[in-house]
Amino acid sequence: MIISMLKKNFSIIVTILLFVVLFIAGAATYKGFLNAQVFLNLLIDNAYLIIVAIGMTFVLISGGIDISVGSVVAFVCMFSAHLLQKGWNPVAVMLLSLTVGTFGGFIMGYMIHCYEVQPFIATLAGQFLYRGICYVISTESISITNPTYSFIANYQIRLAPKMYISISVVIALLMVAVTAIVLKYTKFGRNVYAIGGNEHSAGLMGLPVAHVKISVYALSGFCAALGGIVFSFYTLSGYGLQNIGLEMDAIASAVIGGTLLTGGVGTVIGSMFGVLIQGIIQTIIIFQGNLSSWWTKVAVAALLCLFVVLQRVIETKGQSVKQQKKAAV
Amino acid sequence: MSRLTKSRLFWPIIALVVLLLFNAVFTKNFFSIQIIDNHLYGNIIDILKNVAPLALLAIGMTLVIATGGIDISVGSVVAISGAIACSIIDGRIGSFNNTLLFALIFALLSGIICGIWNGILVAKIKIQPVVATLILMTAGRGIAQLITKGKIVTINSASMVNEYYFIGAGYLLGLPFALFIVLIVLLIVLAFIKRTAFGLFLESLGTNNRSSHLAGIQVDKLKLITYIISGFMAALAGILISSNIKGADCNNAGLFIELDAILAVAIGGNSLNGGRFSVGSSVIGALVIQCLTTTVYALGVPPQTISLVKAIVIITICLFQSNKFREAIFGRFNYFKKSKDLLVKKGAQIS
Amino acid sequence: MTAKPLLTMRKIYKVFPGVKALSDVDFTLRSGEIHALLGENGAGKSTLIKVLTGVEKLDSGQIELSGEEIRTKSPKHAQELGISTVYQEVNLCANLSVAENIFIGREPKKNGMIDWKTINSRTKKLLNKLNIDIDVTQTLSHYSVAVQQMVAIARAIDVEAKVLILDEPTSSLDATECEKLFNVMNQLKSEGMGIVFVTHFLDQVYAVSDRITILRNGELVGEFLAAELPKLELISKMIGKGYDVLSETIKNTDNDQDIEKQVYLRADKVLSIGNIKEFTLDVKKSEVLGLAGLLGSGRSETARVIFGADKVSSGTLYIKGEKVNLGKPLDAIKKGIAYCPEDRKTDAILGNLSIRENIIVALQSKEGMFKFIGRKKQEEIADYYIKLLQIKTPNREQLIKNLSGGNQQKVILARWLATHPELLILDEPTRGIDIGTKAEIQQLVVELAHGEMAVIFISSEMDEMLRCCTRMAVFSEKQKLGELEGDEISEQKIMKMIAGGNER
Repeated sequence: MIISMLKKNFSIIVTILLFVVLFIAGAATYKGFLNAQVFLNLLIDNAYLIIVAIGMTFVLISGGIDISVGSVVAFVCMFSAHLLQKGWNPVAVMLLSLTVGTFGGFIMGYMIHCYEVQPFIATLAGQFLYRGICYVISTESISITNPTYSFIANYQIRLAPKMYISISVVIALLMVAVTAIVLKYTKFGRNVYAIGGNEHSAGLMGLPVAHVKISVYALSGFCAALGGIVFSFYTLSGYGLQNIGLEMDAIASAVIGGTLLTGGVGTVIGSMFGVLIQGIIQTIIIFQGNLSSWWTKVAVAALLCLFVVLQRVIETKGQSVKQQKKAAV
Repeated sequence: MSRLTKSRLFWPIIALVVLLLFNAVFTKNFFSIQIIDNHLYGNIIDILKNVAPLALLAIGMTLVIATGGIDISVGSVVAISGAIACSIIDGRIGSFNNTLLFALIFALLSGIICGIWNGILVAKIKIQPVVATLILMTAGRGIAQLITKGKIVTINSASMVNEYYFIGAGYLLGLPFALFIVLIVLLIVLAFIKRTAFGLFLESLGTNNRSSHLAGIQVDKLKLITYIISGFMAALAGILISSNIKGADCNNAGLFIELDAILAVAIGGNSLNGGRFSVGSSVIGALVIQCLTTTVYALGVPPQTISLVKAIVIITICLFQSNKFREAIFGRFNYFKKSKDLLVKKGAQIS
Repeated sequence: MTAKPLLTMRKIYKVFPGVKALSDVDFTLRSGEIHALLGENGAGKSTLIKVLTGVEKLDSGQIELSGEEIRTKSPKHAQELGISTVYQEVNLCANLSVAENIFIGREPKKNGMIDWKTINSRTKKLLNKLNIDIDVTQTLSHYSVAVQQMVAIARAIDVEAKVLILDEPTSSLDATECEKLFNVMNQLKSEGMGIVFVTHFLDQVYAVSDRITILRNGELVGEFLAAELPKLELISKMIGKGYDVLSETIKNTDNDQDIEKQVYLRADKVLSIGNIKEFTLDVKKSEVLGLAGLLGSGRSETARVIFGADKVSSGTLYIKGEKVNLGKPLDAIKKGIAYCPEDRKTDAILGNLSIRENIIVALQSKEGMFKFIGRKKQEEIADYYIKLLQIKTPNREQLIKNLSGGNQQKVILARWLATHPELLILDEPTRGIDIGTKAEIQQLVVELAHGEMAVIFISSEMDEMLRCCTRMAVFSEKQKLGELEGDEISEQKIMKMIAGGNER
């Protein structure tokens, strides 16, 4: 029973193990690494990425891809900064940001499902569009001086003496918990898996394919917008060039966290650890001091490559085993 | 007339003409060409000069997309090749007498190696093209930074800087040298497509992988070749870009250019699902994009808003390539056309 | 059998572009019976089922379920009406757990959350009923196709169904698994369910069916009581006696004994795991060798192995006495082998390319990429074959996808003739083609073998095989049973072999 449990969660266990090994390696090598706040900082620095990666995970599980998320984050920061500068109510700004993000995702999902535009291309259009609007708002960086935002940004939730997290971390962890439950215990969540596994079969089994596919992109838009709000707490500014390539980080996190890019397999918990692994690699490189921060990118790409190839090998192996079984019959 | 509109080049050319007409009316002196320092000077010449890297990438991307693939790593390859070339010119790497020659050789070689890497992942290990090339896209800029040790390499004081600068920014016979490079590359690729069976095989495997395999086409090998060509083109584009600014900026060189290259292919009327393709129309697609950029500059709008325009272009193209969208919009019209086609077909069968 | 009609289909018509898929077909299913629906490829079985389950729209006709007229709009709608279907290919999601595959779309809930405990325990019970004991929380992909098929059946019977359609459910099951399935079928039958059973295995038909309906070429042959229809008669009804135009023999029977024909290709104890059991086969020059057998018997697999499309696991291929290793189709093409695959649409045509390109492509790959065939030469070749094979098209630049099925097939034939093959393999070259074109293709096949060429001919239609082939290898259940030559070839003999020649 335990073995079968292990088997079923094999890839996520590998991811968590990898995280632990990296953490231990860091702790063994560098003084001051083994400090609870180092770990908490990982969460604080990457809260927005965790949230974005959640949305991406849903899209990837459904068999699609969303490369607009980086621009959405930048757009939301810019948009919020602009409205706050004009004296808008911060709550209204947040709600409006979330609505715009969700609606944008819905439109992309609609194009993908109803007009059969490739997900990559449809969301590429979204990426350009959001970036473009950023620059229409302003080509300069706008800082956020709204007291509510500053308060949220600077508020520290003390867990223990010298140990704190930000409100963003709470939001991120809450999102992880809620979406994990949605994926596991709701019809919508299970339908996402079914469609990612085999869209044709899902249709024949009578599942609402169109509804689910479009919702997934809307959800990703929502998560990206929420990530953008959290990111605006983090930087307290909006700038059109922010977060270029964030979508690739989110995809890499999901893949390292065990999400299959062919769809049908993945968890948000895994994606969270995928984000944390990237974060810890970065931390180690900072602690090391001499290495260029670009090693982070290279290391992440190497991990990505390793995971993708491994997935592929496991897949083909499974197929050949089945073939032999069939031949034996 | 119908043959003209059916040509793949038709719509991209119309788009280009419309853009140029727009400029003729709204932009002052858009078409004026002067002679300064023995070479031509003006907006049009600028477009021709600046389009070169994108045009090269679009050529490579067209071939990859024709097989049903995609290569999103080209921007990173641009950065790598620029980093290598500039580092060698500057003498940071190796000590060659003829730095120019070796810079070019090693930069182009790096592109080929990147292409082989992508090709193996896609054709042999059978990873989806977006993901396979995502790996190099993520790693590539890092690798470029490692080559330059994280600095922006400037080659102003290097011995062969002028020769290197000539490649991307020089003029030959009054015209940008880069333009000649594009033309030569285009001619070679076109010859390869039209004078060998390469073009036929690509269209065949992009249309139907299984049928092509059973008709004896070596699907994997061809895919590998297209990724190598794409890598090579990216490296060449990287040389042009870095030569133009006399330096390698690994963060910004070729940033987002992969998206522009894909867009150029789409504007060129090529299906992003593979199959029929035209390299020439992709190059015109690249010209359209460059022309758009120049127009936006000329109009004095913040240049970054160009991505807004691009987004609208992509959405329009995608929707019109979608059968379902066309059905939804022109449903009735198509119905008549279909039934007419059917009648014609029936007639043919009866006869 | 006094059961009342549960489902009736009357005067069903369905036309696909260029093909009459169903024409005036009636079908009646009674409560508490297992009704076998039989016919060869293209007979219209699957179209009939698709029309019934709402996958395809019917052109005209009437469907009544329990006395009420219905018109199914979608598979989901059919399910809601009580018509449940298990397809030949497993239509489930392999990435989900066994239990989830059975319950997805109708999950039981507790406090608004999916109740996994109930799902798993109910699945366990359901599968136990089918005598299957597996870990239901494991993903479906862990299990063999046979288990997956049983899971699909479990899903189908768990929804309140009045009619259960089993579309070739047994093609991946072994004998004991089939036995289990039959027990379940009998059990469901006793509960009053009507079961439509589509299969190619005739023994199974007799093992469970009460009635048999036979279709041929989209038309109804008849409805029979299983107990009153001997197997031989059944086979002959499925295969049918042909049309007058096609009834005379055209095969080349002269100089049969005069010269010992030269062996072109020899497959010596060749085995391909998962495709075909070990077989030995000679293919001789100037003869049409038929590979006979029902669908899935191994006839197509044999052809694919010879063409290098499937891997040879053990054994050796010899061409003209020389040992060859055909790792990919191109190797076979270079040796002079050509292959028209069974599934024209997915494996042969290049839909978006022109007739000219479709014809030239195999010759070009045989010659190699750099030995480019000039445009003018291409046009000559294309025109030559368009004329030779009488391909009906406005011009050679027409896209192949716009042609009718018969003309598409001719283009594919032209593709291979252009490579001047020494061995031509034709797998179902006349499927879905009108009679006139059929006759033309058969004539051509025989003429080709008049020359030096060796031809392997595969068809589901017995007449066609009898007309064309001078020698036949007979297959069943992925195994070569034996060969027939010259006067030995007769419908009776072949059917007896397929039906289990040893018994009689």
